[in-house]
Amino acid sequence: MTASTSAPPLSAAVGHGVSDRLSKKASRHVKERIIEALLFSAAAFSVFITLAIVYVLVKESWVFFETVPLSDFLFDTQWTPLFDDAHYGIMVLLSGTLTSSAVALLVAIPLGTIIALYLSEFAGFKVREIAKPFLELLGGVPTIVYGYFALTFLTPILQRIYPDLPGFNLLSAGLVMGIMIIPYVASLSEDAMRAVPMALREGSYAMGATRLQTALWVVTPAATSGIASAYILGISRAVGETMILAVAAGMQPNLTFNPTEPGATITSYIVQVALGDLPHGSIGYQTIFAAGLTLLLMTLAFNLLGYWLRKRYREVY
Amino acid sequence: MMKAADLAAIRAIITRAKRWDLFFSLLGILSLMVGVLTFTVLFVDMAIQGVPRLSVDFFTSFPSRRAEHAGILSAWVGTVLVMLLTALAAVPLGVAAGVYLEEYAPKNWITDIIEINISNLAGIPSIVYGLLALGLFVYYFGFGQSILSAGLTLALLILPVIIVATRESIRAIPQSIHEGSYACGATTWQTVSDHILPYSSAGILTGVIIGMARAIGETAPIITIGALTFIAFLPTAPFAGDPPAGLFDWIFAPFTVMPIQMFNWTSRPEAAFTVNAAAAGFVLVFMTLAMNGLAIYVRYRLRKNIKW
Repeated sequence: MTASTSAPPLSAAVGHGVSDRLSKKASRHVKERIIEALLFSAAAFSVFITLAIVYVLVKESWVFFETVPLSDFLFDTQWTPLFDDAHYGIMVLLSGTLTSSAVALLVAIPLGTIIALYLSEFAGFKVREIAKPFLELLGGVPTIVYGYFALTFLTPILQRIYPDLPGFNLLSAGLVMGIMIIPYVASLSEDAMRAVPMALREGSYAMGATRLQTALWVVTPAATSGIASAYILGISRAVGETMILAVAAGMQPNLTFNPTEPGATITSYIVQVALGDLPHGSIGYQTIFAAGLTLLLMTLAFNLLGYWLRKRYREVY
Repeated sequence: MMKAADLAAIRAIITRAKRWDLFFSLLGILSLMVGVLTFTVLFVDMAIQGVPRLSVDFFTSFPSRRAEHAGILSAWVGTVLVMLLTALAAVPLGVAAGVYLEEYAPKNWITDIIEINISNLAGIPSIVYGLLALGLFVYYFGFGQSILSAGLTLALLILPVIIVATRESIRAIPQSIHEGSYACGATTWQTVSDHILPYSSAGILTGVIIGMARAIGETAPIITIGALTFIAFLPTAPFAGDPPAGLFDWIFAPFTVMPIQMFNWTSRPEAAFTVNAAAAGFVLVFMTLAMNGLAIYVRYRLRKNIKW
């Protein structure tokens, strides 16, 4: 009797102990699965962002292109969507984007590459330790501040050299934009150059090459794919930059490739419309989505080009 | 045996090569100086114009039609509130995504798509995020032109920054830490929460600060969602007013932020407003510099203190 009464608690205790451990394991397993699923959904959320961007831009642009034929959008030479006599030639905005980007890249690519070569091949440890964070700071300045600088400081100086320059112009905006992009180009190119194995440099030095010869004819070719991606990132930044142009380049649509004229870009047009109060669903409201889609396709094309360049010219050590 | 003439010729070549090296070094320093100088001029010019305008009143006044009475109260309160929502949304999401990709993700096409996608997102212009938010948050979800819409927009924008920072700081942890934890019978999540996350927290913090510093200066996407440029009131504090506001009513309030206030003043023709713009710009640059400086400091300490 006593055995039978004491036995169940004992076996229950033992059984409970074992099964408890087992069940704990099972619950542990379930908990692990739930956590993994949650973390996965956070990672997958980034794909959702891309899909949402494409969906929103295509949906609103679709309505726009039902009213405006694609041929008008691509080939019309006027951009006057808010006038009674509306024209929707994206070329006008594209010319502003391309002109200002060209000016910016003429500044950023040479300077950025030289800085990268200098920091990776010539500069001592101390200089690099100071210069790199400084470049990061330069890249961290809000673009609205650069816009203010272009408008109130650089333009008056340029006007002294070139008195006919209007107060709003693509040149001053483009130059400041170039300075803004230098850190991106320099720091990515430098990373690529530093990744070139030391053995290649040592081989070059052993053959009697100087630092400059090694930098230009050994390191640069070996780092081509990384440098190319740095340039492409610079181009993407230039094409997508908004506030510098909205502040300093004026927002008048102007089909020109002359940087000394004012002009609107795709991005500054979007800002201009957003600042006004266009009713939701009107054609003027939809133009900004069509313009945004054009911008997205351009940056996508550059990204694909960069991806291709990386694959094509990648040096594997 | 080498002739003296050959020796002289070789010396000449060496001298010439050294001169070229020197020339390029100078060119490099000069190019760096272009950046340094631009930044210094920008900062000093703005300081000279704006600092005399900085006073307690400037921080405690609403914007006004009269430049000398205008201040940045609604702008800095708006910026703080928007940043709060941005951090609340972006940090958990970004860290979770980074942990998944480093510690859990199997090598398959789904992971590949997520990785390619994240690097693509980093290359999308910020104004496109603004258009997404305009279509999605403002109209589809009906959040309107509110602090909530702006906070979520900027969260999406800095998500790639936080994910990349999380992954990099996790990758810097030696494999033996993982192995030791698993050898003691820890599950993946126990390894992550007890070892990986604590050891990578300083690196993640650096990434978060850099991301927030970027978000604080972003203007274009917030203008795109239709933020107003002239706001002369603050969002109602929880439980204030009559009838009392709910705990979260402020997230649906209209708002303005520092860069938009600066843009508004920059685009006015009167010189007095340009001074205000310079003062607002100075505060803004000071904030981003302080945040970036903090990030650099955290990273420096991290490099110094951790010796695996």
